[in-house]
Amino acid sequence: MAERAPFALRARELTVVLGGVRALDRLDLFLEPGLRSVVLGPNGAGKSVLLRTLHGLLRPASGSLAWDGPGGRPPRQAMVFQRPVMLRRSALANVSYALAVNGVPEPQRSRRAAEALERMGLSAIASRPARVLSGGEQQRLALARAWSLGPEVLFLDEPTSSLDPGATAEIERAIGAMAAEGTRIVMTTHNLGQARRLADEIVFLHAGRVTERTAADRFFAQPGSHEASLFLQGELPWK
Amino acid sequence: MFEILASFGLALELITGGDPELAGIVGLSLELSLLASVAGAAIGLPLGALVGVGRFPGRRAVIVFLNALLGLPSVVVGLVAYLLLSRAGPLGSMGILFTPAAIVIAQTVLVAPIVAALARQVCEDAWREYEEQLASLGVSRLRAVPTILWDARFSLLTVALAGFGRASSEVGAVMIVGGNIDGVTRVMTTAIALETSKGDLPLALALGIVLIAVVLAVNAGAYAIREWSARRHG
Repeated sequence: MAERAPFALRARELTVVLGGVRALDRLDLFLEPGLRSVVLGPNGAGKSVLLRTLHGLLRPASGSLAWDGPGGRPPRQAMVFQRPVMLRRSALANVSYALAVNGVPEPQRSRRAAEALERMGLSAIASRPARVLSGGEQQRLALARAWSLGPEVLFLDEPTSSLDPGATAEIERAIGAMAAEGTRIVMTTHNLGQARRLADEIVFLHAGRVTERTAADRFFAQPGSHEASLFLQGELPWK
Repeated sequence: MFEILASFGLALELITGGDPELAGIVGLSLELSLLASVAGAAIGLPLGALVGVGRFPGRRAVIVFLNALLGLPSVVVGLVAYLLLSRAGPLGSMGILFTPAAIVIAQTVLVAPIVAALARQVCEDAWREYEEQLASLGVSRLRAVPTILWDARFSLLTVALAGFGRASSEVGAVMIVGGNIDGVTRVMTTAIALETSKGDLPLALALGIVLIAVVLAVNAGAYAIREWSARRHG
């Protein structure tokens, strides 16, 4: 497995227009290396759009996006989506496919694919067709696929929103383990408990802009922006 | 009405009795239709996938053109193939007019657009589902084409089958380029047309029953494969 290098990301005046609507509106964001960032915000704030844009799936209409790391190369990245998309082949073949299209030759390909499944506790179902696995297993497989690529930055878009608590806990463990290995985590969630458990820092998004970027423990105690405190009151009415 | 019933009886006798003439016609029909649908799928599936997944200037025009080819009048295809393959035509030196090869070529020309147009839709739908994930993995559109073809393989089997259906039920083009020569290029459909016009209704009906049975059996098989695959692969 290749070493993971630390990367910082700087987005300036990032604007993304989708269907005539400004999903991101001159957004400024700096992500330091080595932290686990959780992007919070109400529906429609632009969380998913932000992750897709940072990952390169969406092209900004204007603004700049720059990675800062060793050698001037962009980081190896992977993304885990809310609903995992599996190919109609075995669990193992889904991971091998990702490695193959990224130019990993045999026999390393098979070895690393098997290792990825083992990491996520999926070895026993390696030969099962991926699309008939349970939601939790599919999401772990998506994580295994992402892990196999040795990402230096991993984006996760509400990875547990359709999973039960047991499966959610497994996914959170896996994310924590990848962060501990040096993978930069950037994720969104609607689960504030999850944000508390996983985040080093919270990036709060409102109407396509970052209203604050705050250390996680401080954010939940005393958010720095009006929008964030309204959001927390709405999400946690008993507080 | 009585005549039709009598014809049915005779037809059943011919089928169960293993009439060699009938068997020969049926065998040739299946062989040529199978060859043409394999050739048509080999051309149409990659073409459909390329148009379904690709982004290139003129893509819309290509889709409209492909869909228009669905209604390609087979008699016209036969006529054009006839002109190309006839002794004075540009491909006349091949000397294959009025041979089974000419029938396969004409049928392939009819099958390939059907397969391409239907495969385009199937692959475009699959691509919509996979696009983000594949892009995230670093898969280019061109590299995605074989991936999509393989992942949609069970739906595409049905598409290939539609091609087989067109090939095996084709009369006009086959009559023109094949010539309906007894024992050489006489297939089920042209034999039915001939026997009907001669008044030999039992043989025509027997052929018709076999033709329908073949189409039914092939479709039932494909349906079973799809059901099985949906349960096994999701």
